[in-house]
Amino acid sequence: MSSIEERVKKIVVEQLGVKEEDVTNAAGFVDDLGADSLDTVELVMALEEEFETEIPDEQAEKITTVQQAIDYINEHMKD
Amino acid sequence: MAKRRVVITGLGIVSPVGSTIDKAWSNIKAGKSGISPIDVFDASDMPVKISGAVRDFEANDYVPPKDQKKMDTFVLYGIAAGLQALDDSGLEVTEENAERIGVAIGSGIGGLPYIERSYGAYLKGGARKISPFFVPSAIINMVAGNLSIMRNLQGPNISIVSACATGTHNIGDAARMIAYGDADAMVAGGAEMATTPLGIGGFAAARALSTRNDDPERASRPWDKDRDGFVLSDGAGVMMLEEYEHAKARGAHIYCEVAGFAWNADAHHMTQPVQDGSGAAKCMHRALKDAGVNPEEVGYINAHGTSTPAGDLAETQGLKKAFGDHAYKLMVNSTKSMTGHLLGAAGGIEGVFTALALRDQVSPPTINLDNPSEGCDLNYVANEAREMKTKVGLSNSFGFGGTNGTLVFRSI
Repeated sequence: MSSIEERVKKIVVEQLGVKEEDVTNAAGFVDDLGADSLDTVELVMALEEEFETEIPDEQAEKITTVQQAIDYINEHMKD
Repeated sequence: MAKRRVVITGLGIVSPVGSTIDKAWSNIKAGKSGISPIDVFDASDMPVKISGAVRDFEANDYVPPKDQKKMDTFVLYGIAAGLQALDDSGLEVTEENAERIGVAIGSGIGGLPYIERSYGAYLKGGARKISPFFVPSAIINMVAGNLSIMRNLQGPNISIVSACATGTHNIGDAARMIAYGDADAMVAGGAEMATTPLGIGGFAAARALSTRNDDPERASRPWDKDRDGFVLSDGAGVMMLEEYEHAKARGAHIYCEVAGFAWNADAHHMTQPVQDGSGAAKCMHRALKDAGVNPEEVGYINAHGTSTPAGDLAETQGLKKAFGDHAYKLMVNSTKSMTGHLLGAAGGIEGVFTALALRDQVSPPTINLDNPSEGCDLNYVANEAREMKTKVGLSNSFGFGGTNGTLVFRSI
């Protein structure tokens, strides 16, 4: 089983069509990885799907970097 | 105001018989069918299990992978055909001419696959499961929109939607825009991908489709006595239209002229044509008048010819009304016998085939025409391509709602 960090990064690569090496923990979806507002909505949907969780909109808005996504999942994973 | 002349300087295609101009045209001249059993979804419970699917399309050749999921399949097909036509024309888009180049590409139905997927996701997980890309992927004007963004085309940007006449109407209206001075060049045509459970099921419910499931390549058989409906197909047909002097000045290769266009309505029935073909006849007559062409000058007709019992007979009657005795001297050909019916893209690919027929002076065959049915007694170029000698060809398209469109193409 991959770590949460690996799984988050894999989704970011798939959703945003970016190279693996560009997906650093500090990378911002919009500023560094070329996402637009619609891309970030779909990215959050993909994270919800992967981790079988629901991310409320007001929380989703605060997830703007890879690290923030990892942190959110770590804090909210049930197991 | 003098009407400016409009010519074709580029062609593009995605189709069941090939997704380059060279491949599609050589298959069409050779009489090869593009119809096959449906395998993109489980059609075992469907009354219709055959379609004209596109088999050789590489989306990566046209759109970066990350953008593909933001476009339903008809959008990808339309972009591909549009880019082919643009590149074939050799017209360079610059800051100076960008505002003079536009796009007119429509679709009959639009993003049906994405609509079905999104509704499925909604039923399962509620509104939260609808992708933010659903709407911009599925709406019909996104072929035109995306092409303008990709190639900086800042001229008129529209999508006429008129069922199976969509491609023809977009080309005709785009030519008018150039003639009127709104643009110097237009990328024009149609795109479609509606061979989904709802698309196949819906047209089957309307009793429009052939159920010759055991013999797909023989299912589309315009004017034959055993025809039993059309075959639903996918693809896109797009052409680059350009003002004549503009094309000449840059030394562009010119396929032929878009010499005339007309559109009208039967005002009769939702899905059936006027049985005597009078609506189609008026449309053809007006298109010839618009082109300043006598009926006797026309040698080739790319017919709507979908392989439905009522439609094929009505078009034949319409041709006789519009052309009189000369109707019997025409080569009347249905390339749908090979491609099936691409709905909103039909007029696009058939405009492309008409331009190529005039270039090569050859009519493609109408395949599967073994026994013409009663009343269908014109020269339909049955089963073998024929050489021809003519400068003028027509392309007809008729759609649900009783809408008609005719384009007149003329060699330069």
